[in-house]
Amino acid sequence: MNDKWSWDYVAEILPDLLRGLLVTVQATALGAILAYALGLVLALLRRSQIPVLSQLTWAFIEVIRSTPLLVHIYFVFNVLPQFGITLSPLTSGVLAIGVHYACYTAEVYRAGIDGVPRGQWEACTALSLPRGRVWTAVILPQAIPRVLPALGNYTISMYKEVPLMFAIGVLDIVGRAQEAASESFRAVEPYTIAGLFFLALSYPAGVLVRRLERRVGYAQ
Amino acid sequence: MFGDVPGFLRTILEGASTTLAVTAGGIVFATVMSFVAGLAMLAPARSVRAVSRIYVEVWRGTSEIVQLFWIFLALPILVGIQLVPLWAGILVIGLNGGAYGAEIVRGAVQAVPRAQREGAVALNLSPFDRMRRVVLPQALVDMVPPFNNLFIQLLKGSALVSLVFLQDLTFQAQAVVLPTNTDQALTILTLLLLVYLALSIVITAAMRFLERWAAALVGRQPSTRSREVALSGGAA
Amino acid sequence: MIRFDKVVKRFGDNVVLRELDFQVRPGEHVCLIGPSGSGKTTILRLLMTLERVDSGTIDVGGECLTHMQHRGKRVPADEKHLRTVRKRIGMVFQQFNLFPNMKVLQNLTEAPVRVLGLSRDQAEQRALELLEMVGLRDRADAHPSQLSGGQQQRVAIARALAMHPDVLLLDEVTSALDPELVADVLNVLKDIAKTTDITMLIVTHEMGFAQDVADRVLMFDQGRVVEQAAPGKLFTDPDQQRTRDFLRAVLERR
Ligand SMILES: Nc1ncnc2c1ncn2[C@@H]1O[C@H](COP(=O)(O)OP(=O)(O)OP(=O)(O)O)[C@@H](O)[C@H]1O
Ligand SMILES: [Mg+2]
Repeated sequence: MNDKWSWDYVAEILPDLLRGLLVTVQATALGAILAYALGLVLALLRRSQIPVLSQLTWAFIEVIRSTPLLVHIYFVFNVLPQFGITLSPLTSGVLAIGVHYACYTAEVYRAGIDGVPRGQWEACTALSLPRGRVWTAVILPQAIPRVLPALGNYTISMYKEVPLMFAIGVLDIVGRAQEAASESFRAVEPYTIAGLFFLALSYPAGVLVRRLERRVGYAQ
Repeated sequence: MFGDVPGFLRTILEGASTTLAVTAGGIVFATVMSFVAGLAMLAPARSVRAVSRIYVEVWRGTSEIVQLFWIFLALPILVGIQLVPLWAGILVIGLNGGAYGAEIVRGAVQAVPRAQREGAVALNLSPFDRMRRVVLPQALVDMVPPFNNLFIQLLKGSALVSLVFLQDLTFQAQAVVLPTNTDQALTILTLLLLVYLALSIVITAAMRFLERWAAALVGRQPSTRSREVALSGGAA
Repeated sequence: MIRFDKVVKRFGDNVVLRELDFQVRPGEHVCLIGPSGSGKTTILRLLMTLERVDSGTIDVGGECLTHMQHRGKRVPADEKHLRTVRKRIGMVFQQFNLFPNMKVLQNLTEAPVRVLGLSRDQAEQRALELLEMVGLRDRADAHPSQLSGGQQQRVAIARALAMHPDVLLLDEVTSALDPELVADVLNVLKDIAKTTDITMLIVTHEMGFAQDVADRVLMFDQGRVVEQAAPGKLFTDPDQQRTRDFLRAVLERR
């Protein structure tokens, strides 16, 4: 066993891996914020009264959901410079994952908004509330709580997919693990530790989301 | 201004056989694992339930890309066997998909009304026949739409194998065509997206067909809402 | 044929059957009546082995349903033992419980083929005879969802009979049906009662039907037999006040 697993080596690479973890968490957080915000925008565009706008949004969502995140990452990283926009690998990655997951959160918001009873809309009409107020004061406050568990689940998924950014040179956990493995020709420790990092965060997060799901379930 | 579109497309499509092999193999393997692990989670024996639960949680809890590197780079050192890259790719995609599919199977089986099982007990069918002849055929209808989503996730996940130098669609576009045509990135990557989109549409069409068949089996109209997972956020 | 001996059944703190004793002779038709929640369904479900007793024993045809001998000791029955004793018992449910993934004919042939080991031809022939008896031979190829409730229930009765049970359990088989469909189902049951020697245990609120087919009526309340008698006596001149109140309540409801 000793020649296959060395604790000394683990101790040596741990600081780098932790630095990588920090990058992964950062990228997840930024990507998630983008996905939450852009997803809401897409959901509202999807409901737009202008048919072209809602159809284009639908097509965009379907295309993104049907194609690999890895390709989207390459796309942002390689295509934007063609138009004179050069972003760092991390920014490109965050942009790609944020847009990708926005197409999932958009569906979540849509389901959440559709879940608000018709009577609420009718009451707003009866009170002749202005459109902006209808959304901010009545519909969204009711829709948001029930979409929180799903947003949580997608955030966990994002955390596990952020390492794809290593393909464009981001030094996240997997990037760091790969670096360590290629320097020392020892692959077991870095990738095992990397896997444990993911399990250690995403499993408890999953348990929390399930608890939240139950609470939201009861509230309805 | 779009560059050599037919040439790009031809080179990209040289990766189609690998993508198709990994996706199709992954779908078959993931389906088998889904049923094995999903039914094992409902087994009477506690140890069987525990083992399948651990499989599901570990595979869903770690990142697919870490699993890929682990199987490619760490496993050979630990056990001394180097898998053929294509098989290793299928193994990772399938095991990962199976962990998600297991929850689909478990949920659908549990959703079959208890009265149906009791009807089967009253006819003295064996536990095996109760599952195979009565419960599973009815659960199948509810499984098809989420499995459609899962299979599309598997197709998307297959792009990961390009990172271990399997020459799939993504590898062909990103590592073969792109480096010599960096000024044509938009065209090349758009073509790549369109190819994946086409494959997704094929999967969805096949699953629609399967759904109609399964619904007819239990004398039901197929549901029109195949994207019902939205609120549970059950993506990979 | 059936013997309950000091049977206790609890759901949590709720004691549904308290040391229940009763017996049914071979070929006898017994109706169970009593207020909602008195444990009638529970008795049938215990017999069908869909629930387990907390204590006491149940015998069917001289065989113990709840326990078996294992290395000289009496232990709770396992699945294998249950499968041998279940052969004698058939049940018809309030909600029919036909299998929606099988056509009518296959609903009737599935268990005879898989459990009794009949050939498909034999099973189909017998199934068609039974469908003839319940007046649905022409619907053999239909899906259960294409049938009315009354038709589904008649198929369910035929399905239970296809297993040649010695004992048939019927749990409020007409109470999920529209009133105009009830008569067809009851007629089928009266027919079976007259022409076969199957032991029948019937939970019903149809007092006229009970009067017609029952040899004996058991009045239940709070997990005990309050009173039992031939239907002529129990419906016209019950001994217990509790029975009188119950019968009046049932009559007023309609
Ligand atoms: N699975 C169960 N879990 C908990 N309690 C149960 C269960 N099944 C039955 N009970 C309880 O047992 C009692 C008896 O129920 P049962 O269904 O046998 O009554 P019943 O006489 O058939 O009533 P009804 O005329 O309404 O059908 C009721 O209080 C019921 O709430
Ligand atoms: Mg009842």
